[in-house]
Amino acid sequence: MATVATLILLMPLLGFLTLLLLGHYLSEKQVGVIGTGVVAASFIFAIISFVLLLHDSSREVTVNLFAWISVGTLHVPAALLVDPLSITMCLFVTGISALIHLYSTGYMHGEKDFRKFFIYLNLFVFSMLLLVLANNLVLTFVGWEGVGLCSYWLVSYYFDRDSAASAGKKAFIYNRVGDVGMLVAMFLLFSRLHTLTYLTIFERAGTLTPVIATLVVLTLLLAATGKSAQIPLFNWLPDAMEGPTPVSALIHAATMVTAGVYLLVRMSPVLALSHSGRMTIAVIGGVTAFVAATIATSQKDIKKVLAFSTISQIGYMVLAVGVGAYGAAIFLMISHAFFKALLFLGSGSVIHSLNGEQDMRKMGGLQKYLPLTFPTFLVGWLAISGIPPFAGFWSKGDVLTNVFEHNKALWALGVLTAILTAYYMTRLFILTFRGTERFREDTAGHDPHESPWVMTTPLVVLAALTVVGGILDLPWVHHDSLAGFLAPTFGYVAAGGHADTLAQYGLALVDVAAAVFGLLAAYSIWRNITESSRYESSFLEHVWHWDDFYDATIGRPLTEAAQFSDDVIEPQVIDGAVTGLAVSVRRSAEGLRKVQSGFVRHYALATVLGLAVVIVYLVARVG
Amino acid sequence: MNVPAAWYLILAAVLFGIGAFGLLTRRSALIMFMCIELMLNAVNLTFVTFSRTLNDISGQAIVFFVMVVAAAEVTVGLGIVVAIFRRRSSTSVDELSEMKG
Amino acid sequence: MIAAAYSVPNVLVFVTATLLILVGAIGVISVKNPVHAALCLIMTLIGVAVAFIAQSADFLAAVQIIVYAGAIVVLFLFVIMFLGVDRREHIHFEPLVGQRAFAAVGVAITVGGLITLMARSHWVSGASSVTTKLSKVGSGNVKELGTAVFTTYLFAFEATAALLIIAVVGAVLLARREQRADVEENA
Repeated sequence: MATVATLILLMPLLGFLTLLLLGHYLSEKQVGVIGTGVVAASFIFAIISFVLLLHDSSREVTVNLFAWISVGTLHVPAALLVDPLSITMCLFVTGISALIHLYSTGYMHGEKDFRKFFIYLNLFVFSMLLLVLANNLVLTFVGWEGVGLCSYWLVSYYFDRDSAASAGKKAFIYNRVGDVGMLVAMFLLFSRLHTLTYLTIFERAGTLTPVIATLVVLTLLLAATGKSAQIPLFNWLPDAMEGPTPVSALIHAATMVTAGVYLLVRMSPVLALSHSGRMTIAVIGGVTAFVAATIATSQKDIKKVLAFSTISQIGYMVLAVGVGAYGAAIFLMISHAFFKALLFLGSGSVIHSLNGEQDMRKMGGLQKYLPLTFPTFLVGWLAISGIPPFAGFWSKGDVLTNVFEHNKALWALGVLTAILTAYYMTRLFILTFRGTERFREDTAGHDPHESPWVMTTPLVVLAALTVVGGILDLPWVHHDSLAGFLAPTFGYVAAGGHADTLAQYGLALVDVAAAVFGLLAAYSIWRNITESSRYESSFLEHVWHWDDFYDATIGRPLTEAAQFSDDVIEPQVIDGAVTGLAVSVRRSAEGLRKVQSGFVRHYALATVLGLAVVIVYLVARVG
Repeated sequence: MNVPAAWYLILAAVLFGIGAFGLLTRRSALIMFMCIELMLNAVNLTFVTFSRTLNDISGQAIVFFVMVVAAAEVTVGLGIVVAIFRRRSSTSVDELSEMKG
Repeated sequence: MIAAAYSVPNVLVFVTATLLILVGAIGVISVKNPVHAALCLIMTLIGVAVAFIAQSADFLAAVQIIVYAGAIVVLFLFVIMFLGVDRREHIHFEPLVGQRAFAAVGVAITVGGLITLMARSHWVSGASSVTTKLSKVGSGNVKELGTAVFTTYLFAFEATAALLIIAVVGAVLLARREQRADVEENA
């Protein structure tokens, strides 16, 4: 087990190193094979580990790699924790990564930095796996930073575009702000519990005072909002769409942005200690979901709609975490990974066929030209809107059911968001695939062509997973399903399904109704038009002016402070201090110089006065 | 009974003080030298007084040597004075202020 | 007046010595003409010699007159003549600011401190060494002094002899004119 688990982690690292050192000598095809192959191998090892874990009664295996930090009372091993939660994460991360790697070999074909792309992508997978498999907060943090770094590199992949370079920086900086939260949480936990290993933290967590526990939870929440793009650190994600579409699919839909949720779920025993902390988490999740959904209704760029959709869906996951429905959150994470990756890759296929066009106003009628992309995209669309029997219905429903039991107001917000979700996704679908053809200029009169098999195969696989994904956690089989599997990690037996069946059916009906309502509303509005000032607001399009707000309150004051520092403080204070020191030394030396008057009698006088002092001293001594 | 040693000691101290004051106040190099001689004499007087009261010849031996050294010092010192002031028209030490600053 | 515990001749001798010394000293520091100053110095030196005799340092008194007054002051006079006897100093004018004030203060503190120190230490404290005792008052002490200089302090004696030679050579060197360069130019 230990070897296999380590191999999960090492395969992408191996791929990274091989491509880094030997990539120059390899052809594009070889690079693609190596890059995808190692991730696929990692997936296979994950499956093997999963099977091995099932046979392990403790469901908790620690794999010690080497002793890493050992200073005083701080002992941080480089060790992996293989338990239901981490293996679940590994499975879907490696699986979806493998599919996206395959897709990228087609999408990025012909790019001059093809090799660099796969190097970063492999390193990313390694970091993500490290994050998920680590058995202590510090090693998780290493992975955390690693994914942030790879995200930066990949978002600014087209670095000669200013917008791409800024987007990369924006992503990294927002992540960094969140990282402060993670660090503070680590400091607090270590100072109180003297350990950073998960299992030990959970054992000792009971000794935390409520105040400290709440602080830890809030700081972890800050870290999660940074990485998972929630309020208040969410506006980097739409900008990150500057990166190539496979990057958006992998990092900003399926994996990195789920890391924040993972962290919160992993620290669930600590979350359990703070009711106000959980409440805050739930509110943040719910509000983010709603706000992001409103913004998505007015976006023109297909990838931006999907980006805000991601923020919104992760808001659902965070909401679920806030009410304690960890299993539901992970279920939604997995199913979201399936259909969001599907949607992103599908949009990539669309963009590819239109030679790079991303504005939906210039699409339309692609249904008949993309015979594989269209149906797979349709499946994704229905799933995310919450139409049964696709995965989205079950997973979102699971979340909403759990929320209903805890907080009706948040539940109502969730349902409203679901309506909006169905609405904007239907709008996207109609504008892209149905209606009149508006893309003729982009394709210079030719018909758009379907993507090659390397790109369509992952679409098909993901669509299949979306269709059947609901099986993972159907409400009436909790014990034998995902939630049951994950339960030991959360220290409680899966509690889902205890709401009486009538309420469950009622809620399910509400979910379907919301989805259908949103869908029909969008269909009737957008069937014939491509733009509408009535149904699209500029306030929403500009992200509730959130970026401008940050710019005005933080960006510009800081820039001005920096400018002031450069103009005033630097020359006057700092240089002034240094030169001032030199000047004062010189002046005092010049002053002292006057003592040397050149007159012998002055020197003689000094001698006599010195003698007088000595004699006075002696008199004082004797007397 | 001889006069108590204290009186001679006070006399010597006063002589020393006068010599010091003269050294600091006069500008002529030669007069300054003479003031130095005054101070040396004060010291000699002190030594002799102590020699008498302590009944020890060492004090007088020291005076002997002080006189020798004073002679040597005057020799060399006046040689320097001659060397410096040969060309100038005054013996004022205030003019020797080139080491200023 | 002075207590009759002390014999009158001794007191008289002391007073004489004092007068000679102080008048001479004040003369040295206050007369304008250097030749007059040298003469006042002689007065002081004679006063000191008197004090030496009163304290049974006969040999030293003699040496004082012969060497100090006879040789050193004469040397002074030579140099005064050499450099021009008419040079007078403007005593009343003091170019250096505050020199006199500070000098007075410094000297006053020094002298006052010295006297205080001596008074606090009961004027004379210290053991007599085992070198040699003085001879009785009244008789000469040349023998004792000679013995001390030539036995206990022999090294110092030889060293001072060397010192004198060095001083002479140094004085000759300092006082000569630079004739070498002229001679070589003419050659």
